[in-house]
Amino acid sequence: MSTTTIVSLPDQSTARIPKMNFLTKENGLLSWLLTSDHKRIAILYLISITFFFFIGGSLAGLIRLELLTPQSDLMAADTYNKVFTMHGIIMIFLFLVPSVPATLGNFFIPMMIGAKDLALPKINLLSWYLYVFGGCLVIYTMAAGGVDTGWTFTTPLSTHYVNTNVMSTGLAIFIAGFSSIFTGLNFIVTIHKMRCPGMTWFRLPLFVWSNYAGSILMVLGTPVLAITIVLVALERTVGIGVFDPTRGGDPILFQHLFWFYSHPAVYIMILPGMGVMSETISTFSRKRVFGYTAVAFSSVAIAVFGFFVWAHHMFIMGISNYAALVFSLLTMLVAVPSAIKIFNWTLTLYKGSITFETPMLYSFGFMGLFTIGGLTGVFLGSSGTDIHLTETYFIVAHFHFVMVGGMLMAFLAGIHFWWPKMTGRMYPEKISQLAAVVTFIGFNLTFFPQFILGTLGMPRRYAAYPPEFQILNVFSTAGATVLGVGYLLPVIYLVWSLKYGAIAGSNPWQATGLEWQTQSPPLAENFPITPIMDHEAYDYDWLESQQAKEVASV
Amino acid sequence: MNEVQAEAHEHPAYQRHHFETIAQQFDATNFAMWLFLLTEVMFFGGLFTAYLIMRNWYYPAFVEASHQLNIGWGTANTGVLIVSSFTMAMSVWNAQMRRKKGLVACLLLTFVLGLVFLGIKSIEYTEKYEKHHIPGFHYSMSSFLDPASDPEVHNAYPEDKPLQLDMARHTELYFFLYFAMTGMHALHMIIGIGILAYLIVRAQAGDFTTGHVTYIENFGLYWHFVDIIWIFLFPLLYLISRH
Repeated sequence: MSTTTIVSLPDQSTARIPKMNFLTKENGLLSWLLTSDHKRIAILYLISITFFFFIGGSLAGLIRLELLTPQSDLMAADTYNKVFTMHGIIMIFLFLVPSVPATLGNFFIPMMIGAKDLALPKINLLSWYLYVFGGCLVIYTMAAGGVDTGWTFTTPLSTHYVNTNVMSTGLAIFIAGFSSIFTGLNFIVTIHKMRCPGMTWFRLPLFVWSNYAGSILMVLGTPVLAITIVLVALERTVGIGVFDPTRGGDPILFQHLFWFYSHPAVYIMILPGMGVMSETISTFSRKRVFGYTAVAFSSVAIAVFGFFVWAHHMFIMGISNYAALVFSLLTMLVAVPSAIKIFNWTLTLYKGSITFETPMLYSFGFMGLFTIGGLTGVFLGSSGTDIHLTETYFIVAHFHFVMVGGMLMAFLAGIHFWWPKMTGRMYPEKISQLAAVVTFIGFNLTFFPQFILGTLGMPRRYAAYPPEFQILNVFSTAGATVLGVGYLLPVIYLVWSLKYGAIAGSNPWQATGLEWQTQSPPLAENFPITPIMDHEAYDYDWLESQQAKEVASV
Repeated sequence: MNEVQAEAHEHPAYQRHHFETIAQQFDATNFAMWLFLLTEVMFFGGLFTAYLIMRNWYYPAFVEASHQLNIGWGTANTGVLIVSSFTMAMSVWNAQMRRKKGLVACLLLTFVLGLVFLGIKSIEYTEKYEKHHIPGFHYSMSSFLDPASDPEVHNAYPEDKPLQLDMARHTELYFFLYFAMTGMHALHMIIGIGILAYLIVRAQAGDFTTGHVTYIENFGLYWHFVDIIWIFLFPLLYLISRH
């Protein structure tokens, strides 16, 4: 079996979890709630975003159940509107935006650059509290009857015509937004100022580069969303008129401001996932990432281009033809850096010694599904086809391919990849491989039919649909059930592995990152002494020579 | 991995454990403050965008509505803020020179000037309230439909023509933007004054004259930033017709 796996675990009969680590350093609830350790905050985040993921997921289940039949029979039409709105808000603001950065990024960026902590540990803790406060407000909103504007808060619907909980949801997003501003700000400062000796910019793992690019988007984009929400709140309470055409305002201005954040936001969601891909694909094909510099800069390019494409969400909203033309062209530019990434990962696989551990299976899932999601994005970016496809299930399928097929796969790849480092124990390999395959099958069964439904013209955001669409909707709902199983399995076996998993040792994957060169789980200050980076990133020869030295000295 | 033994040496008490050197700590927090100010620029940027678009569309309404503002008070407030920026800069200098008395005095002056700014602002807001120029609350357009009904402003700007109802309605948008922008600015002033109070107490206790100038420096950046916002707001809101 030695050719089919790279996993090298210590001898289980003698191996122990190190007694001194960040988990055992202090005990008690307060030691968690008042911690400034980036690793503990990452775990707090992991627990809270998993909680919200399952709330958002149950809402998705309700949506699919309603759409099993053409009539609106499981719930009333307004209830359906509330359910899909809450699904979108929870999944976007409380799961996708913080998913990889706030958990894996928080845990591993300081370790990857050889630092003891993020630059601003208290701000890091504050960002978690803001997240939790925002999350509680969302739960309050749901208990108080929900909100039914769609996650986009389109004016004048949100300001004039609906009488649901727009204000509390707006406040929740405003607060959660500050949580992500603080996370992004902290990452940028940390990556600039906290790198260990020898850790130059081009020795940084690509995970750090892509989180850096994502952080730029968080820092520049989120404040614009914040002021937009303030304006919506004022419009709704005082009736100030900036977005109200009867008073001389302009609802299109709302769209510009909203999408100025919310388009870059999809890159906030996907970029950190792409960083996970670079790590897993390199590790499980035992090769340096092909075209390191190109992959690093493609992250930055996505961040930069991402700010100049927002109006492609507005092709049918009354922007000028010339604006549509320019934004259509700019949108296609984003395909270039995304393609650079996919091609470079493919070339990393080429002649690599590939093994198929769970993180790698999820990564393959990501590459395939993200490519489909990304390419259908080009259809939607062409203003001509967009006019036919927008507001149909084609859009729904497109962004779920990118966000669920892409980002969620990347998140699960990352969680499995770094689980041994975070907890000191391995997850069970066989069942997790099964979960990865189930997720992939369930995902395709759920969302592929939606592309067809979209091209046939089924509109999104309605509780009822013409009966001829039923067969494809039944496929989609069946797929969602399979997908649900695929997401429940990891929760069960990962919790199980906390107690019964095999002892992982410090470097089970034989990976090269600095985070793997210290004990698992790490010490509270990460490294016993400040490391010095004296080799390039993903240098497997260096790793081998290190191990040879160790053997020689023992 | 090559590793060097971290040398054990004395750290100042204010150095956080996760920084290698005090210089790194200063650099990192200073950079973080600049980034935070960048997010503030984006935050105000949304309001400035709305302002520029509306001003372009409804220029006559914006000109006449801006004549309702008192340039005297506006100029006085600009002066107050510029002086407060100077006293803030002096606070930083005093902290660096480890002069406790000078530091506390300069911070106190900054604090008082901040309050003076808010005081003048509240006088201006009261005028708007009295003339029913607060958007959304019984807003009155009479000053713009019939300038003679508002003799005080009419005498100062006799060339202002009555606006058509269609254009006069848009003065409300001007006043909304006026309140949103100056209100958001005033909110930043209030937060700043609150932090100043805290800094004064700690400076009095001698916390910032030990070489630990980070807080004072970074707060200085924030204070100057809030001033700069006003430097943009003043011409955009008060001086529209003067060019």
